[in-house]
Amino acid sequence: MSQASTTSELLPEPGSRAPDIAFKWLASLAAMTIVVLIVLVGWQLYAGSRMSIAKFGAGFLWSQEWDPVQDKYGALPFIFGTLVSSLLALLIAVPLGVATALFLTELAPMKLRQPIIMAIEMLAAVPSVIFGLWGIFILIPWLRDHLFVWLKHTLGFLPLFQGPIYGVSMLAAGIIIAIMILPIITSISREILRSVPNLQREAAYALGATRWEVLKIAVLSYARRGLFGAAILGLGRALGETMAVTMVIGNRPQIAASLFAPGYTLASVIANEFAEATSDLYLNSLFELGLVLLAVTICVNILAQIMLKSMTGSGPIKVN
Amino acid sequence: MEASPYLPTAAVARFRKAKSTAVTVVLVICAGLVIAPLFLVIYFLLVQGWSSIDLNFFTQLPKPTGEMGGGMANAIVGTIELLAMAAVVGVPLGIFGGIYLAEYGSDRANDWLRFAADVLNGVPSIVWGMVVYLMLVVPFKTFSAYAGGVALGLMMVPLVMRTTEEVLILVPQSYREAALALGVARWKVIMVIVVRTALKGIATGVIVALARIAGETAPLLFTALGNNFWNHNLKEPIAALPLQIFAYAISPYDDWHRQAWAGALVLMGLILALNISVRVMSRDRNRTH
Repeated sequence: MSQASTTSELLPEPGSRAPDIAFKWLASLAAMTIVVLIVLVGWQLYAGSRMSIAKFGAGFLWSQEWDPVQDKYGALPFIFGTLVSSLLALLIAVPLGVATALFLTELAPMKLRQPIIMAIEMLAAVPSVIFGLWGIFILIPWLRDHLFVWLKHTLGFLPLFQGPIYGVSMLAAGIIIAIMILPIITSISREILRSVPNLQREAAYALGATRWEVLKIAVLSYARRGLFGAAILGLGRALGETMAVTMVIGNRPQIAASLFAPGYTLASVIANEFAEATSDLYLNSLFELGLVLLAVTICVNILAQIMLKSMTGSGPIKVN
Repeated sequence: MEASPYLPTAAVARFRKAKSTAVTVVLVICAGLVIAPLFLVIYFLLVQGWSSIDLNFFTQLPKPTGEMGGGMANAIVGTIELLAMAAVVGVPLGIFGGIYLAEYGSDRANDWLRFAADVLNGVPSIVWGMVVYLMLVVPFKTFSAYAGGVALGLMMVPLVMRTTEEVLILVPQSYREAALALGVARWKVIMVIVVRTALKGIATGVIVALARIAGETAPLLFTALGNNFWNHNLKEPIAALPLQIFAYAISPYDDWHRQAWAGALVLMGLILALNISVRVMSRDRNRTH
């Protein structure tokens, strides 16, 4: 490459600041779109749900009725379904994810670490709809014929594990969501655990602690806050999971004590009924469900960011 | 352990060691459980999908209900078209936003913008579908490929923005200073020196973002809608692989289930190919630097 010609091309005509200013404006505008998008998303959902907000008021949130025929709508069964399925998912995914992160940072032989990390990254790349397909045809039949039967047999005295087994159920949704949020919980937990200073571990070992005692005393207690942040971040993801959940939860707007019973979530009712919403009020109610979902996920995400930030100081943890 | 807090007996020591070993075993099992679903999913995709992939699958349109055979040619092409439109929307916004963060923004503004990007990243994908429905479907009174592309593109913005910022920050400050000292205008320094140096990293970020949105279904449900025929006009609904997989998976027909598996295998292959190309690219980058 001829250095001289490149350089002379780059030299400015003296006094022309206009392109520079225009370029800076362009970059600022692009950055501002982020903020504009947040406002736009919130405002659009609000605008879309105005009619149902006016009609039902705050009662929308705790009304159990969802009856398109009579044009009466309430969000409670969906809020219940979203919360229960997400909490179930956390209950499964947080211990597994943190344990795997511990394994990867503290125990695993170096040769094994990279392949396992890669496998977890690939798990994160599997689309929701593929998990749903796998859920319908592989996971659900197995759950129905084996795990659920066993659970009913051994823990059937609890109301949680009573009632008929259909396969599609709140518990199946919880398990599928757990699989889907495991990668993010594991990778954030790993980052957190890696930020625990080695001095902590060495000090505990020097006192004669066994490996488990080191993990408990020096690593986990130090990282507790950050791990909590990882779990909250996982919750944020779990709340918004749509396709796979829609395919395995059974899509019935009810509040049941049994985890074997079908349920419905905010995201899945929108996915299922939006295109066929016949009346304006129906559509508005679905938008209001979207607004509720957005509000909850944004609050949860902000909480997670704050927790992770305070854990890692100024260095932001990359989330995707 | 209560027995003797100061001088552990042999029994206590043995108990502690056994406990530690037990925990080690539990951790290994947990790690196994976490990666098991990946292999189970891929195994069943191959077993169920491979036999259904033939030439027809790539060349034919879906057959009407009740007729056997047919393919997903329109959905494969549709997904590629949607990804291209998403890139047109998301890549410039993301890259210029990243340039702002890395080259212009004050620390305070950047903190807020990064925070906003992370929050935006957490917005459920179904919500994007609803928002774009109001923005582009209602005013133009039709579901369209454009709407689908925009929904996916907007989802890309925060992803591309953050990765662009990260790689631009890695460009040594001395490059910028040297160019500025020669009297080169700042925007040219950024575009010709900084961005070009980091180009591979930016491309990596874009591909990662494309891989992320390639499998998205929820934002397309009420924007692109899906289509059983070829799309000849981007103002009309368009088919997409994830939509077709969803529609076939929840249908009552065995032949459609079979095709859903085949479609899922193709989609997974596409996403893995994007991810692997990223790995190859970043390996090259490490070699040259």
